[in-house]
Parts: sequence; structure tokens; C-alpha cells
Amino acid sequence: MLTITPPPGQRRGQAGLRRSLTTLLAAMAAAAALAGPVAAQSGDSAPETVQSTTTIPRAVELGDVEHGRELWEFECAACHEMGPGAGDGIGPQLNRVFGRRAAAVADFPYSDSIRRMGRDGLYWTFRTLDAYIENPYALVSGTRMSYAGLDDEGDRADLLAFMRLYSDQPGDIPEAEPTARRVEVELPPEVLEIRGDREWGEFLASECTTCHQRDGAAAGIPSITYWPEDRFVVAMHAYREGLRPHQVMQNIARRLTDEDIAALATYFATIDD
Amino acid sequence: MAIKRRTLLAGMAAGSAVLAAPAVMGASRPKVVVIGGGSGGATAARYLARDSQGALDVVLVEPTRTYYTCYFSNLYLGGFWDLENLGHSYGTLAARHGINVVHDWAIGIDRDAQTVTLAGGDVLDYDRLVISPGIDFVEGSVPGWSVAAQNRMPHAYKAGSQTELLKAQVENMREGGVFAMVAPPNPYRCPPGPYERISMVAHVLSERNPTAKILLVDPKENFSKQALFEEGWARHYPGMVERVGPDFGADNVSVDPEAMTVDIDGMVEQVDVCNVIPAQQAGRIAHLADLTNDSGWAPVVPADMRSRMDDKIFVLGDASAQGDMPKSGFSANSQAKVAANVIRHELLDARLFPARYANTCWSLIATDDGVKVGASYEPTDEKIATVDSFISQTGEDADLRRQTFEESIGWYNGIVADMFT
Ligand SMILES: Cc1cc2nc3c(=O)[nH]c(=O)nc-3n(C[C@H](O)[C@H](O)[C@H](O)COP(=O)(O)OP(=O)(O)OC[C@H]3O[C@@H](n4cnc5c(N)ncnc54)[C@H](O)[C@@H]3O)c2cc1C
Ligand code: HEC
Ligand code: HEC
Repeated sequence: MLTITPPPGQRRGQAGLRRSLTTLLAAMAAAAALAGPVAAQSGDSAPETVQSTTTIPRAVELGDVEHGRELWEFECAACHEMGPGAGDGIGPQLNRVFGRRAAAVADFPYSDSIRRMGRDGLYWTFRTLDAYIENPYALVSGTRMSYAGLDDEGDRADLLAFMRLYSDQPGDIPEAEPTARRVEVELPPEVLEIRGDREWGEFLASECTTCHQRDGAAAGIPSITYWPEDRFVVAMHAYREGLRPHQVMQNIARRLTDEDIAALATYFATIDD
Repeated sequence: MAIKRRTLLAGMAAGSAVLAAPAVMGASRPKVVVIGGGSGGATAARYLARDSQGALDVVLVEPTRTYYTCYFSNLYLGGFWDLENLGHSYGTLAARHGINVVHDWAIGIDRDAQTVTLAGGDVLDYDRLVISPGIDFVEGSVPGWSVAAQNRMPHAYKAGSQTELLKAQVENMREGGVFAMVAPPNPYRCPPGPYERISMVAHVLSERNPTAKILLVDPKENFSKQALFEEGWARHYPGMVERVGPDFGADNVSVDPEAMTVDIDGMVEQVDVCNVIPAQQAGRIAHLADLTNDSGWAPVVPADMRSRMDDKIFVLGDASAQGDMPKSGFSANSQAKVAANVIRHELLDARLFPARYANTCWSLIATDDGVKVGASYEPTDEKIATVDSFISQTGEDADLRRQTFEESIGWYNGIVADMFT
């Protein structure tokens, strides 16, 4: 098995941002198609054997399981285990990850950030896994998973098709999902090129500073100052599209336009007191 | 403006940041007076001064030297928060932002002359006036009760010594005694406030005095976060809280502070502690300046919080009648930022931005059991209207509730920093 050396996280520039936004919007289209999470079980009762691909036509439709297996070995297996007897490694075991709540493996030393998302109600579905694997920080800002992300959408689908085999009822993938996933949402290039209007950002930020302290002090509510702008933008889109589950932040993000988000990102990145 | 010695001193304490700004040198800086250094007033003064970098002369009139927040005062009652952590001083507003903090009462506003008279005799001119005086009680709304009786039957709806008194009464209540609350009719400050208080009193009693009872006398059909509170009371304090609604005459209540009785539509209850939260109206100065209407509150223009009675005056927070926003510290803070932007636009030609309003109110039901409700708002011609809202769900798991409580602490630290630092 090949061991991967994960490159340092957070080194994505504009290209990474573009990919993340595309995923977010595509995921939004898929969202409606996804039913609520299946009853999550803890992973210690792992399935005895991996079910044969012939019994799971829809999982196959999701992507190329064999290619997914190769990607798993190459990209994930250095840190994660799946299958009979899987235990925790650098990362938690990933049996039955579909439908599982984020940070649900007992005793695994998760980051505070992913624990928080789990408490907020983040469940692993095709949509949320796809976003996490593409760019872990978009979904979970402070995740300990130092993995730079899998850029190619097709690769992610193949990988998830493979991982799906280790979850309950792998054949039971919602009808519309494989199709919906392929709906391409063209993101207008101007969205990515928006230069934040700092003064407008400062005015908008006055709404945020009722909860997020300007000096970055964080007790109970995370700090949002001095983030790289692209990470900030991606996080806000993740709330706006409902990928991140928090009620307060979803409510706040829903009324922000792309310009508003860019302005806020600029302001908080350069806040000066 | 008649500058008295203490005003001058406050101005001098402002230090070099302000004095360095060239606009300060001219004697003719536009003047903004802010009456009331609470959630709305302190925020407005701070944003006006900070964002104008010394180009505005900002005077904050507030009688007390320490502002005790009502928010988290229920947590103090419940033993989850210290009194010292409720109190905040105005030192940084003066020293860092150059605000002239005048500790005095405003006793009159001459709208034609554009002046404010203070109890100490000073007269302040203004180009724009902001008032955020909070609430006063409607006299006679609970027959038998008056402010003179507030030591026997505390309201604890303005924080500070009243809150301390109520806490002591609850803690020293006789074993198996009855704590009664007379809840206010709508509209009033902090819709979930009385019910969070019931929760906190129940928490204290269930630990110290488990056979005690709580009688909630409520003139309203239903109340804020009702399902969440009732679920929590049944779970954490089974059998302790009894609520009497208008169907049993709770809209016809009087009290006798001497006898310590509550009369609910003819049925007289002997109680041991009685928390009377009377009906409310805008703080007195709003009435004195003729800024209120028949409702007892001061109507404002939804787009910028300007008084409908006077376009040089802005009314913030609890005192204003604006539409759908609850009377909360969060709302007052949100409204203050909108008004501050408009005032800077009018007096200094700063860029004008469209109003954005928001509110979230957290409540603590029991240890680590926090809930929240919130919304975003937009101005229409008629009122500030809700656009999008959310509320905690019943049956949420304990981890989420604990996290919600921790977030409320984050918010508390955030909002007081946004007002006072
Ligand atoms: C028990 C309780 C719990 C609460 N919990 C929350 C909560 O969790 N979250 C939340 O958002 N809100 C909460 N609130 C509501 C919140 O406290 C008020 O809505 C908020 O403080 C209103 O702000 P304001 O500026 O209108 O008035 P205030 O904050 O009351 O400020 C008014 C100030 O004006 C001063 N003043 C009055 N008259 C004059 C005068 N003539 N001259 C000079 N100064 C004057 C007063 O001294 C006072 O300091 C709670 C309230 C209570 C009672
Ligand atoms: C360098 C080690 C490493 C690599 C490589 C890695 N992960 Fe992770 N992964 C982690 C760690 C550590 C966590 C825990 C994250 C935290 O605590 O924030 C995690 C968490 C996760 C979770 C969330 C699990 C839960 O219980 O909520 C998923 C899903 C996941 N990884 C999938 C993958 C996939 C798929 C790959 C391959 C594409 C991968 N990871 C590659 C280390 C790794
Ligand atoms: C009412 C309080 C409140 C307000 C107002 C608020 N936030 Fe938040 N914010 C939170 C909380 C609570 C979280 C943690 C959410 C979670 O668990 O996902 C959060 C999380 C975030 C995050 C992600 C932090 C991380 O570490 O992943 C960003 C980015 C953010 N907020 C930006 C903003 C911006 C921008 C605004 C103003 C437009 C704003 N917030 C206003 C409470 C608030």
C-alpha cells in the first residue's frame, strides 16, 4: 500500500475557491434529493464483509467502485480504516459513515471544530462528504484532517461509491442523487472575481461583532478575524447553502449576497483594531 | 453647549487619538447627544465616535457609573453568573473613543431649541439627538403594586440592586414556600425573560428547597419559546411550576405587598416571595419630549430609527415602537448601528448604507440546557418586518443544548465588547 504524505493544508488559492464554490452550488441542487440522514449507528459494529458490488447497482451508478478502491488506498488509507475490524488510526474508522453524525466515533480525539459541527447536526451524506473531501476546511474550518483535498469531481464520486459499500444498505441510494449530482451549475465568473468593498464590509460586519469579537477573542463563538479571504468566503457559502448546519449562521448567511460575502471577507481579513 | 468641568475632564481623558484628528481642532464639530448608556445608547455613542474618528462631538448622558446588564441577570439569580460580571463601566468609551460621558439625568428636551437639560443644570445643544432610555412601568397596571413596594415585591426588571434583592429572597425563602411571579402583558422588554427567570428560580429551589412551589400568574394566552420552556420545566423541575393563564383569571390580578398575597380574579393566594413585573412603556424622558403615542412607546421610521415626531431625534431599543423586533439588548444594539450610520451620513457625509437588523435571544432552562430564538429583519414603509427566523427545537440532544449555552456566553462577551470597549 502506498503511504501518502499529506501536503500542508490551506494552500489553495483562487482555483481551490472556484472548485469549492462549484461543488457547493452543485450540492445545493442535490440537496433537495437527499432524504434525512439514515439512523446513525456507531461504527463498532462494523459490517462483517463488504457486500458484493453486483447487489448494489445504484452504488455503482454513483461512480466507478474499482477506481474508488484505488483512490481510497492512495488517498485515505494511510489515516483511515474501513471494513471488518476497522479501528481508529490517525483518523477515525469510517464504517457506516454515510448517515453517521460527524465526530460520532466514541473516544476518537476529534478537533473541537468537527465536534462542534457534529453537535450542530452535521451528518455525513453524499453531499457533505463530497464537500469535505474536496476541501476539508470549507466545511470544518478547524479540522485536524490535514488533507489537501481531492479536486476531481469524478474521482470523488468514484471514491464515495466505494466508501458507500461500507455503509448500511449501500444499494439504497436515493433515486435522484446520481443524476442530480451531474447537474452542472455554472458559477458566473464575476462571483469569483468580486473584490470586496471594504467599507460596505465594515458596515455589514457590525452585525457580526455582536457575537464575534473584533479582537478575535473566542469563547463559545469562534473567531473569524484574519482568515484568508477564500476560506472565509467558502465557509459563508457553506452556511448559506445549508451545508453547514448551524441555525444562527444559516439565518445570517441566507440574506447575504455574493458581494456581501466578499465585502465581509475583505473586512475581517484586514480588520485593524 | 455649556461645558461644565466634568465634561471637559472627560474630553481631556480622551487622549491623543482623538486630539490628533484635525477635525477636532475646529470648535464647530457637529454635536450628537445620546441619552441613556444602555444597550442602544452605549452602542450608538461608541459607533458614532469610533467611526467618525473625532469629527463628531459625542456626549453620552447616563446617570449610573456602572451599567448592569439585564441579560444574564437571570443567570445570576440561578447562580450561573457573578454580579461583578454583569457590571460594565464607561471608562473605555471616554478614554479610547473620546466620548464625553456625563453622569447625570436628562430631565427635559427642548425640540425647537435643540437642547437637552440635565438634572445638574447643564444644557446641551445637539444637531442630532439619540435617546435609548429603556422602559418605565405603567403605574397601576398591577393594582396594589407601585415602585414604593419594590422592596417587598421586587420587579428585578432593571438589573442591579433589585436583582440582588430578589436573589436573596429566593435563597432565603422558607422551606416549602411559594414563589409567585406576576408576568407582564405584551409588549414588554425581553419576551422570554420572565420564563427564563422561572427556570432559574426553579433551578435554585430544586437544589435548596425542593418542596417549594412556583406560581406563574400570566395574563397572556401564550408566551415566547413556550414549548421549549414547558418541556424543560417538566423535565428538570417536575411538579414545581404551576402556570395560571387568562382562562383562570390571570388577566385580573392585584397584589397586597403588606399581606404578601396575590389576588387572581378573586382567588387569594398567600405567597412567600412575589416578583411583580408590571406592564411597561417607553422611559419617561420619551414622554416628556412628546415622542410617544397612545401606545406609550415612541414610533420610529423603520428605515433608520428616526422618531416619527421629530427628524432630528432617533429613538432606539425598548422605548421605540418599530414593528416586529423584540425589545431586547441585541435588537437595541442592532438598531444603534443603523442610526449611527445615518447620523454620520447626515452630519459628515459618510457613505449611507441600507439598514440591516437582526436579533437572537438565548435562554437558559437548566444547567447546560440553553435554547435560542432569532430572526433577521428589514424595514418596510410601515414597520420593521421579520424576513427569516429560527428557533431551537424540542427534544434536542444534550450536547447541542450545552453548545447553545456556551454560545450564549460567547454572545454576552461579544455584545458587551461591542458596547463598551
Ligand atoms: C431579566 C431580563 C433578561 C434579559 N435578557 C436578555 C437577553 O438575554 N438578551 C437580550 O438581547 N436582551 C435581554 N434583555 C432585554 C434587554 O436588557 C433590554 O431590551 C435592553 O437593555 C434595552 O436596551 P435600551 O438601550 O433600550 O435600554 P437599557 O439598556 O435599559 O438602557 C437604558 C439606559 O438609559 C438610562 N436612562 C433612562 N432614562 C434616562 C434619562 N432620563 N437620562 C439619562 N439616562 C437615562 C438608564 O439609566 C439606562 O442605563 C433582558 C431583560 C431582562 C429584564
Ligand atoms: C493525514 C491523515 C488523513 C488523511 C490522509 C485523510 N484523513 Fe480523513 N480524517 C483525518 C483526521 C485526523 C480526522 C478527524 C478530523 C477532526 O478531528 O477534525 C478525519 C476525519 C474524516 C472524516 C470525518 C469522520 C467523522 O467521524 O466525522 C471523514 C468522513 C474522512 N476523514 C474521510 C477521509 C477520506 C475519504 C479521505 C481520503 C480522501 C481522508 N479522510 C483522508 C485524517 C486523515
Ligand atoms: C448571533 C450570534 C452570531 C452572529 C450575529 C454572527 N455569528 Fe457567525 N457564528 C456564530 C456561531 C455560534 C458560530 C459557530 C457555528 C457553527 O458551529 O457552525 C459562528 C460561526 C461562524 C463562522 C465559521 C467559524 C468557524 O470556525 O468555522 C464564520 C465564518 C462566521 N460565523 C461568520 C459570521 C459573519 C460574517 C457574521 C456577520 C454577517 C456572523 N458570523 C454573525 C454566531 C454568530
